[in-house]
Amino acid sequence: MSVLPYLVAVWLLLIGIVGIVTSRHLVHLVLCLSVAQSSTYVLFLAIGYRPGGTAPIFADIPAGTPVVDPVVQALTLTDVVVEATVTAVLLALTVQVAKRFGTVDPNELGAMRG
Amino acid sequence: MVLAPLVVLVPILAATLLAAASPFAQRGAGLVAVAAALGAAVLTALVLGSSGERGVTWFSGWHPRGGAAIGIDFAPGRIGAGLALFVAVLAVVALIAASRLITVKSLAFDALVLIFVAAMLGFAYSGDLFNLFVFFELMSVTAYVLVGYEVGQRVSLEGSLTFAITNSVGSFLLLFGIGLLYGSSGALNLAQIGRALEHGPVDTAVVVAFALIASGLLVKAAVVPFHLWTADAYAVAPTPVCILLAGAFSELGLFGLFRIYWTAFHGVLGPDDDALRVVLVTAGCLTGVLGAVMCALQHHLKRMLAFATIAQVGLFLLGLALLTADGVAGAAVWVVGDGLVKAALFVIVAIVQHRYDRVTEGALHGRARGLWPLGLLFALGALTIASLPPTGSFLGRSLVEDAALKEPGYAWVPALMALVTALVAGTLLRAGARVFAGWGAPAGDDPLATDDDDETEDERGAPPRSRFILWALATVLLAAAVGWGVVPGLIEAAGRAAGEFTGTQAYAAAVLDGAHRAIAVPELKSPSATGYLYAAASVAGALAVAGAGLAGVGGRMPRGVIAARERLRGLHNGHPTDYVAWLAAGAAVLCGCLALVLQ
Repeated sequence: MSVLPYLVAVWLLLIGIVGIVTSRHLVHLVLCLSVAQSSTYVLFLAIGYRPGGTAPIFADIPAGTPVVDPVVQALTLTDVVVEATVTAVLLALTVQVAKRFGTVDPNELGAMRG
Repeated sequence: MVLAPLVVLVPILAATLLAAASPFAQRGAGLVAVAAALGAAVLTALVLGSSGERGVTWFSGWHPRGGAAIGIDFAPGRIGAGLALFVAVLAVVALIAASRLITVKSLAFDALVLIFVAAMLGFAYSGDLFNLFVFFELMSVTAYVLVGYEVGQRVSLEGSLTFAITNSVGSFLLLFGIGLLYGSSGALNLAQIGRALEHGPVDTAVVVAFALIASGLLVKAAVVPFHLWTADAYAVAPTPVCILLAGAFSELGLFGLFRIYWTAFHGVLGPDDDALRVVLVTAGCLTGVLGAVMCALQHHLKRMLAFATIAQVGLFLLGLALLTADGVAGAAVWVVGDGLVKAALFVIVAIVQHRYDRVTEGALHGRARGLWPLGLLFALGALTIASLPPTGSFLGRSLVEDAALKEPGYAWVPALMALVTALVAGTLLRAGARVFAGWGAPAGDDPLATDDDDETEDERGAPPRSRFILWALATVLLAAAVGWGVVPGLIEAAGRAAGEFTGTQAYAAAVLDGAHRAIAVPELKSPSATGYLYAAASVAGALAVAGAGLAGVGGRMPRGVIAARERLRGLHNGHPTDYVAWLAAGAAVLCGCLALVLQ
């Protein structure tokens, strides 16, 4: 098992956060959040991977066949659902901001500060 | 025990009913929400009554086999069950307040509040790390929507967006940490993780996992430097939501962190407790001081209360960061006392805002003279924050002080706590004296806050309804906050609960083996003379701060101080991108510090 997937996960998290920090457009920012979130999918799948393992569907494989960890797959699926909800809420808020205030630049936010 | 799942199920079912009926039903159907919250409160009380070592529920009867958790459990313990009861009580208060305060609402609002509450209850009960995360996300997402409920208000929409963006990043860090922890331990059940890590090495994966989990939960708890979103969100949320956010939401972040620490990490990190304590106490100090200073600089009453919440969270963190059962017991008592006071203060501010359409100290100067009884209640609330005996805040604080004095090297903690509470309470007293009595020089213009759009839609154009319920609510909440300090047997109960919370081995045995192990119950004393002394210092300090504020002392400050003040305020600039940068930097610093001290 190589370290490559872990490096990919860390890279996705960091580049996603860099994207958020430097973002000038709310839709871009929400997509960067999704990029950062996808790092967790990669991390989970990498953790559950077993060399030579097959899909953990036990209906038609002989007992004792090595399989990858099904728990992380369930976690990843749950995670995808959660992420979809968050993205939907954020995009809805973005639409409202654009409609009402005519801006999508996160740096123009801050009516209340200090 | 079948009660625990019902606690989450009842509000969620009521919420789905309300949401489905929303287009057809009359407004009066909102009573269903109050009834559901009351039901949840009764159920949480029953769970608390029956929660001992046997208070573990395995869903669908999947009990652990041979020390391995196959299913998913609720294992609240007394601290979790007590916190859940408190959340449910605040939910009842919030929904009653909503029935008076929010006129442009549909049943969707009640439904959202119920889902928010259900998620918080599930979070308090969960004994499984991933379920903890799912409840965490559910409460976050509903909170984003609730904060932005007044979607027509620029500040609400922005507060909600900033809240959602920063907290989402926090969730990723938390989830990343959970992934690493699963990789190291092969388990998701907290007790099982604890046992798997217990005899292992303190390796990088474990340290980074702890740092990331802590970062994610400290974002929620609003600990410096993860706190930047908090004031923007809390200051603009509808008052009923503020009650839940300031009273329980931030505190749940701390609860989550220390539940995970004591069940999963204590076994492996326990020998390094001294080092960990330094890091966490530092974070608590920074949060307390920064929150208090920012609070003193505010003119917007709700934003002032938001920063007061941040300062108080810093103090709770100080108590919990001592990593002793004594500290946990003190913090637990204090959280409840303080949450009740803050709920009362938010209700009082809402009554004023409702009446005068303004919410800044300057705009309200002397306007609320006619509401002077409310002013007295507000002052009592502020003094309670300064831990006036015999309130619950006083009891909690003196327990935390005793805990700090027991730890060598932390004898300065009580003085710091007195300073922070004096500054926060003094600021509130100053604002109250200006608003309700018209005393002192008018508050100067706040260059950063505009007063044009500070009235919120829920309160604007509201029909002149009876405010009796709101007055009653504020009075009852304050009475409860005062009475909380004199509940008989509270100290013993808190001690027992804290001993159970910090008993790593006993928790693991109860969850995984269904066995009963003895726990070490800390010896807690009633407040001593020292406790009264610190409380007196706090109250005197608060009066001094209020007097100085009213007299306009500090109007002419050296240029360096003004520059520092403006720089500090400039950090809270409302830009989510900057907040995320601070968050990432904070997480990196936390990872670095923990890696340094835990090796």
